[in-house]
Amino acid sequence: MANKQISQMGLPKSIANVFAARNVFTAKALSLMELRVQNEHLAGHLPTHMKGLDEALCGGIPFGVLTELVGPAGIGKTQFCLKLSLLASLPANYGGLDGHVIYIDVESKFSSRRLIEIGVKSFPEIFHRKEMAQEMAGRIHVLRPASLSEFTESLQQIKVSLLQNQVKLLVIDSMAALVTGEFEHGAPRQKTLGWHVSFIKSLAEFSRIPVVVTNQVRSQSRDETCHYFFQVQSWNETIEDRTRHDSHLVAALGINWAHAVTIRLVLEAKSGQRFIKVAKSPIAPPLAFPFNITSSGILLLSDDGIELTGPDINTIHCQGLSLRFCWGNLQKNIKWMPKTTIGHY
Amino acid sequence: MEVGRLPISASQRSKLIAAGYTTLSSFSSLSPSHLARDLKISDNEAAEIMRVASHSHRLDGSAGGCGTVNGAQTAWDMLHEEEMFPRITTSCEDLDNILGGGINCKEVTEIGGVPGIGKTQLGIQLAINVQIPVDYGGLGGKAIYIDTEGSFMVERALQIAEACIEDMSECGGLLRKDSQACQLKMHPNNILENIFYFRVCSYTEQIALINYLDKFISEHKDVKIVIVDSVTFHFRQDFDDMALRTRLLSGMALKLMKLAKDFSLAVVLLNQVTTKYIDGSFQLTLALGDSWSHSCTNRVILYWNGNERYAYIDKSPSLRSASAPYSVTSKGIRNSASNCKRIKMM
Repeated sequence: MANKQISQMGLPKSIANVFAARNVFTAKALSLMELRVQNEHLAGHLPTHMKGLDEALCGGIPFGVLTELVGPAGIGKTQFCLKLSLLASLPANYGGLDGHVIYIDVESKFSSRRLIEIGVKSFPEIFHRKEMAQEMAGRIHVLRPASLSEFTESLQQIKVSLLQNQVKLLVIDSMAALVTGEFEHGAPRQKTLGWHVSFIKSLAEFSRIPVVVTNQVRSQSRDETCHYFFQVQSWNETIEDRTRHDSHLVAALGINWAHAVTIRLVLEAKSGQRFIKVAKSPIAPPLAFPFNITSSGILLLSDDGIELTGPDINTIHCQGLSLRFCWGNLQKNIKWMPKTTIGHY
Repeated sequence: MEVGRLPISASQRSKLIAAGYTTLSSFSSLSPSHLARDLKISDNEAAEIMRVASHSHRLDGSAGGCGTVNGAQTAWDMLHEEEMFPRITTSCEDLDNILGGGINCKEVTEIGGVPGIGKTQLGIQLAINVQIPVDYGGLGGKAIYIDTEGSFMVERALQIAEACIEDMSECGGLLRKDSQACQLKMHPNNILENIFYFRVCSYTEQIALINYLDKFISEHKDVKIVIVDSVTFHFRQDFDDMALRTRLLSGMALKLMKLAKDFSLAVVLLNQVTTKYIDGSFQLTLALGDSWSHSCTNRVILYWNGNERYAYIDKSPSLRSASAPYSVTSKGIRNSASNCKRIKMM
């Protein structure tokens, strides 16, 4: 696909080489389509095994673009990431990508026990055998950078290993944690993140793998409006809006980041029920699916999403969420796991 | 003086226009053999056209009697020229109305909005609508899509293309056009084939590409729209030298305007938003700063109004400020559901 059109143009060698070096290529959109369908597994999507979500996203988490998971603490972002890591490592006949996973765990939330539990509950035929479980879990490489500069270094290394190994998924959990606490609020943070965003996006694209990034939330400050100069409002309305804004949260990392991600999945809790919403996507309608966290990962309560119109799809609620979940009787079901006590939250 | 007024046959005129020659001055300095190659006609025919052209020019005389400035066009000629190029529809009637019929060729239109409002959707819709054949009121041209963010999804383009063909055949059926002929030509794959997709990964690539477009479009004369999605992305990531950024942006803007003018195509730039502290509060504005806001001919802002998406004409030399609602459906950009009293289908 690269340079096909340009080489046919009969440009002088010097110019053609410049373009090749700079990776400028062109393709007709049709050839893009054909390449995707022929070469890529499942036409470029990682199925999440949540039927409603997969249908909305036309197959699953797409390859080559940045997918963001944003939500309040304890809502299930890491659980989602664990499930996805597992799915990517599974062999193709189980709907996986049969590849390695790089999991960048900034907040030390990765739990291999939980990963095995999800595996056992969702795919018992694979995980009850110790060797198979070992192989699957062995495909997930966990990195724990302690600072932004370490993260930057690891990114460079990842680029190399992407080409060498069969890495099929990159998970960064969480992006916001890398930056919070490093800088004062304001310009320096935006600038550093800018380079990382471009780099991760280009990583995703040239290696055609899905990249999943989690993000935190923060409360909306009083100063923030989301209006243009021509949207003049009366004073009363402004007061009402402010009270409305105070009741919900916004995604961290700013509006620049919000532009940079291609797909944004918002996880929130409304009146005690958790929802996963497709807030930004080039192909999916704005749908919200209620879900619960179970021992086998995330379970959608309904496969027909609720369609949300308007900017509500972007708002993040955290009402009535009780952050306790039990891990079930792990010991009983897996004979080969060492016996230890599992705490209940 | 423009080609539309030359006493030549209709087929010769349409060949001239399709090849990109809209005014006398654009081909009067060429040699007949060059013109013949471009139009794919015989040398004699080309020579005849040029003879007629120079004859008419002499007859017409210079405007006002004090000699035309070389390269200048009279306003009257420009008016006739505008009528020759239909505008590119956005598939949403209300939006087309405030745009005066659609996106205008020969102009740079900037469209900006918050994430998720539908900028990329509008970009893809325009890339497909530019290909609507002349019989159906479109331009029958090709599109160049420059993707800086990686947000172009081929599956979505296919979806919109299929919906567009459906709409056209419905329309053709109503007008009892020869839909058979058109159906054979318009297959979704044909539509995808006519979108030239460029992916650029840094600002240097973006500038290099825009400089190269000159040559590309002279080889592909039927390109009628260039969409850059988004023009902001690479310029917002760690640019330390703001003065350099402004220089690069204005250079790029001039190049794009020249492209639009020389090749009579529409340039659509998609922009992001940022917050700015004005009058004691934060407001949303389009990114890239104040100097950039001068670079485009028209400016459209997409925003949320309650639960509806609206488009607002922020700046235009010929259109008045107005807002119109639109919606993003599985078929692409369409009229907002509350306006058409149909049940909204998912």
